[in-house]
Amino acid sequence: MSAAPAEPRAAWVEVPAAPRWWRILPSRVLTFWTVELWRIRHDQQELVTRAIQPALWLLIFGETFTRLRAIPTGNVPYLDFLAPGIIAQSGLFVAIFFGIQIIWERDAGVLTKLLATPTPRAALVSGKAFAAGLRAAMQAVIVFVLSAILRVGLDWNPLHLAAAIAIVVLGASFFSTLSVTIAGIVLSRERLMGIGQAITMPLFFGSNALYPVHLMPVWLQALSAVNPLSYEVDALRVLLIDAPGRLGLDVAVLVVASAAGITVSAALLGRLAR
Amino acid sequence: MSPGGTGGDGHAIRCERLKHSFNEVRALDGVTFDVRVGEVFGLLGPNGAGKTTTIRVLTTLLPADEGSAAVFGLDVRRQQLAVRRVIGYVPQQLSADAALTGYENVWLFARLFDVPRSELRPRIDEAMRIMDLEPAARRPVSTYSGGMVRRLELAQALVNRPRLLILDEPTIGLDPIARAGVWDRVRALRADTGMTVLLTTHYMEEADQLCERVALMHRGTIRASGTPQSLKADLGPAATLEDVFRHHTGSLLEGKEGTISDVRSTRRTARRLG
Repeated sequence: MSAAPAEPRAAWVEVPAAPRWWRILPSRVLTFWTVELWRIRHDQQELVTRAIQPALWLLIFGETFTRLRAIPTGNVPYLDFLAPGIIAQSGLFVAIFFGIQIIWERDAGVLTKLLATPTPRAALVSGKAFAAGLRAAMQAVIVFVLSAILRVGLDWNPLHLAAAIAIVVLGASFFSTLSVTIAGIVLSRERLMGIGQAITMPLFFGSNALYPVHLMPVWLQALSAVNPLSYEVDALRVLLIDAPGRLGLDVAVLVVASAAGITVSAALLGRLAR
Repeated sequence: MSPGGTGGDGHAIRCERLKHSFNEVRALDGVTFDVRVGEVFGLLGPNGAGKTTTIRVLTTLLPADEGSAAVFGLDVRRQQLAVRRVIGYVPQQLSADAALTGYENVWLFARLFDVPRSELRPRIDEAMRIMDLEPAARRPVSTYSGGMVRRLELAQALVNRPRLLILDEPTIGLDPIARAGVWDRVRALRADTGMTVLLTTHYMEEADQLCERVALMHRGTIRASGTPQSLKADLGPAATLEDVFRHHTGSLLEGKEGTISDVRSTRRTARRLG
């Protein structure tokens, strides 16, 4: 280069002090939330298209089975029983293919650039996971609106709705880390699609989203007991239709599952960057 | 390294006998070189020579199997977050997020580098101004030309005012005018700030014009290093850098195809550039 090297300008020599470790995680989560909100604002069509599936579940499956009375749900109308399950399901569907975005980011060089910032991998995965949670929360809001239109008997207490949104964010965060974990193992979009499709339905049908656990065969009850989606649905039913449940246990399971998911997927993120 | 200190004994980068293998393939086979503070240093070589692997080690994305590397005296293996705070990195692929605006893309990296909130706006404006992107800041990146996307990525890499700018094949796939535009801004930036620049390229004529010193890489080793003038003078009065490369490696630069992933990555970048 022909120009002689200049003395480094003071402002470009200063190395900013690192923030305290406990500030990094919330900072990254807020950052990725903001970016996700911008993405949603720029492409609102995706929200609409993603709303079609839960709408069909409520309109067709829910209305039909309410009339059939084929699934005994006690004194609770089946549509009311189903709505929290559909909220959880729509979050699951958003989150379970989140790993595809990570693989796309790997292929596009975005991931290496993100990993070259002073962001610990666990904070990066957390930020991404909670961004998926935010998208799932948007889906939940849409299902709330559909439920209002269909006169589903949800508890409209704002505090309960807010708590339900928090549960949806937590659940989607776990499933997105599960997806990133699978992405870190299989490393290819096609394989992730295949595995995602293979596990989505067992997770959904092997949960209490569509029917009470006591109606399931014993082996499926065992699957439901280790399925985080069941705990998410249980928490949502407690909050939204005042069903009896174990909210404390549900939250604890989701928190522990999310923490484990973040830990494992953060450990596998390096494989994607190589 | 204390904030504001130079670190590294006048060296921005020191690599000592770096070795790394991907399964059976030895990507780095004892790479040793150093980069002085404030200079523009070029790693030259064909696809598959080990340039990107070297950069991945320096950006803490990949731990070397053997050897050591330091950036401004910071060990890339043991002080990863500190190293990342002093570097700006532009990967080979076009990695800007097309779903966001230019401003939002730079904002994301400003936040990930913990730029204080009070300085966010001026810093982003500064980076956009340096790259001559201010008029397009609020436009979606999907409307940018290839050259503008590259300049946006430079703005992302500059928003933390890095002491070391690492550019991995920054002009690959660009037309000659866009390439000149990128290099003009790097040249001006370097003259203005005294920033150290490490770049990789296989365009020998660009390296000849831009770099104060170069290292010629081939099959994971440094075959020769020095100023372009001295390397050419050693060979003869009419020698080009291409001749120097051929002399030291016994092969033509353009004749090396690299691995299938190198080719795929290059094609993907070229496709995104349109």
